[in-house]
Amino acid sequence: MDKQTLLDLKKKATRIRKHIVTEVYSASSGHPGGSLGSAEIFTYLFMKEMKIDPANPKWADRDRFVLSKGHCAPGLYAALAVRGFIPEEDLTGFRSIDSYLQGHPSMKDVPGVDMSTGSLGQGISAAVGMALAGKLDKKDYRVFALLGDGEIEEGQVWEAFMSAAHYDLDNLTAFLDHNGLQIDGNISDIMCPESVVEKFKAFCWNVISVDGHDFEAIEAAVEQAKNTKGKPTVIVAETIKGKGVSYMEGDYGWHGKAPNEDEYKLAMKELEEVMAELETK
Amino acid sequence: MAEKIATRQAYGDALVEFGVNEKIVVFDADLSKSTKTAGFQAKYPERFFNMGIAEANMMCAAAGMATCGKIPFASTFAIFAAGRACEQVRNSICYPKLNVKIGATHAGISVGEDGASHQMLEDISNMRVLPNMTVISPADAVETRLAVKAAIEYEGPVYLRLGRLAVPVIFDETYEFEWGKGVQIREGSDVTIIATGLMVHEAIIAYDILKEKGISARVINIHTIKPLDDAIIEKAARETGAIVTAEEHNIIGGLGSAVCESLASSYPVHVLRIGTQDKFGKSGKPPLLMKEYELTGKDIAKKAEAVIALK
Repeated sequence: MDKQTLLDLKKKATRIRKHIVTEVYSASSGHPGGSLGSAEIFTYLFMKEMKIDPANPKWADRDRFVLSKGHCAPGLYAALAVRGFIPEEDLTGFRSIDSYLQGHPSMKDVPGVDMSTGSLGQGISAAVGMALAGKLDKKDYRVFALLGDGEIEEGQVWEAFMSAAHYDLDNLTAFLDHNGLQIDGNISDIMCPESVVEKFKAFCWNVISVDGHDFEAIEAAVEQAKNTKGKPTVIVAETIKGKGVSYMEGDYGWHGKAPNEDEYKLAMKELEEVMAELETK
Repeated sequence: MAEKIATRQAYGDALVEFGVNEKIVVFDADLSKSTKTAGFQAKYPERFFNMGIAEANMMCAAAGMATCGKIPFASTFAIFAAGRACEQVRNSICYPKLNVKIGATHAGISVGEDGASHQMLEDISNMRVLPNMTVISPADAVETRLAVKAAIEYEGPVYLRLGRLAVPVIFDETYEFEWGKGVQIREGSDVTIIATGLMVHEAIIAYDILKEKGISARVINIHTIKPLDDAIIEKAARETGAIVTAEEHNIIGGLGSAVCESLASSYPVHVLRIGTQDKFGKSGKPPLLMKEYELTGKDIAKKAEAVIALK
């Protein structure tokens, strides 16, 4: 990845983080932690990787993205806005009664949302269906899905993983946002899903572990996934929940909580400092 | 004696017949010989997906396929389709109004020997309460074939309620299926029997019993439970003044409930409901179960006399 591209991606990730914090603050509700932690994944897919067209969101040959951890809608909406699918100024309407930006992604309401999600475990199955359709139609589009590491406690996730491997869905790439936290605490304390890498391998997937905040590592993993034939790939992205906002980082308390005014100002100040720093490069 | 064909068989045959449409894909959950989707699999193997014993994943994968322009038929037993995977049907199919058709076989107590765990008596209730869902419960093989055809032509989620048991063929090849419209199959003025599924045949038996007694019963077949044909029900209430509903389903939440809801806001009359009385089923030969659970033509006729007495 060249320097300029990397810098551009970092700026966009920061812009997405500012939008995420603003959305949740405006709504006085929503899920900032996982959205912030996945900002590089959203950014890489929507700004660099996926064949998508904001002018034609339903383009039949587009790559698909399913936010299986649907509560990270603030991250998805921010990415769609920065990519040009929806106006950035609409984001402050998130979760409000007169906005189309539903609390969880709704494909009927939001251009660029490929599947309605929110009930954990279901999105990855829908992604399997999309990948099966791609194979059936001999199309070369790819399907991406983003799961949470708490989400994989849902049994349906493993049904989906089994079926994706059974049908050799090498056009499907799943990201696991592996931040180690869920609403009630550490995943290892609540219902330990480890070892996720060994479990995914046992389900006959190609498994790649990366630093989920490192664009070059994400790029290398996605390229490896595209070159892996005969089986689906899961990219286990090691992330920090709440990444980019000092007081949210690594704190499960910020899974589904909105900042107050002072907290919001502090978060925006921190992110603006990051942006200012990037602007000097 | 009329020919007997299970509606699940007619469903499987219809999938083969209409399967020339390349948009159609069929999912099953390791029950293809029972749901009769095996015929489609044999003819169109590339468009058949066995998802194994994993109904939740199957429903959502079907939803994902539908987003890509396919017309998926997701087949399994009614207990798993409308029970186990109910929330998947709600959130991944009905909420986004995706074009998934659910072929739910082995509905009702007529499943027989498998017993209560497999006799789905709550599916009409679970499915009709979901926004965007259409619920169809065909009475025989002819109606099933036409319902499958109509479901293919319709854009949106459809729940097809199908049975395991071979049931008499009521309709001939001239029968016309109209989406969302009830069908008056016997004229009458003293009472109306509103039935669905295999109970339509029992309603015809009741009609004959009542006729012998000099009672004129109207019989209406409701194949589309949702959207319900409110007009034909109101007309029956106005013209006959008493109603019996008949379904192979809990009397709570099914056709009987739907009819009562409809009449409550149009033309309230007494309604007595034939169905399972908020109980689970049990193992046994289907005809014996129908007798024990009071789901026969005789039971309907008795109920018709009772409701007439309330007029």
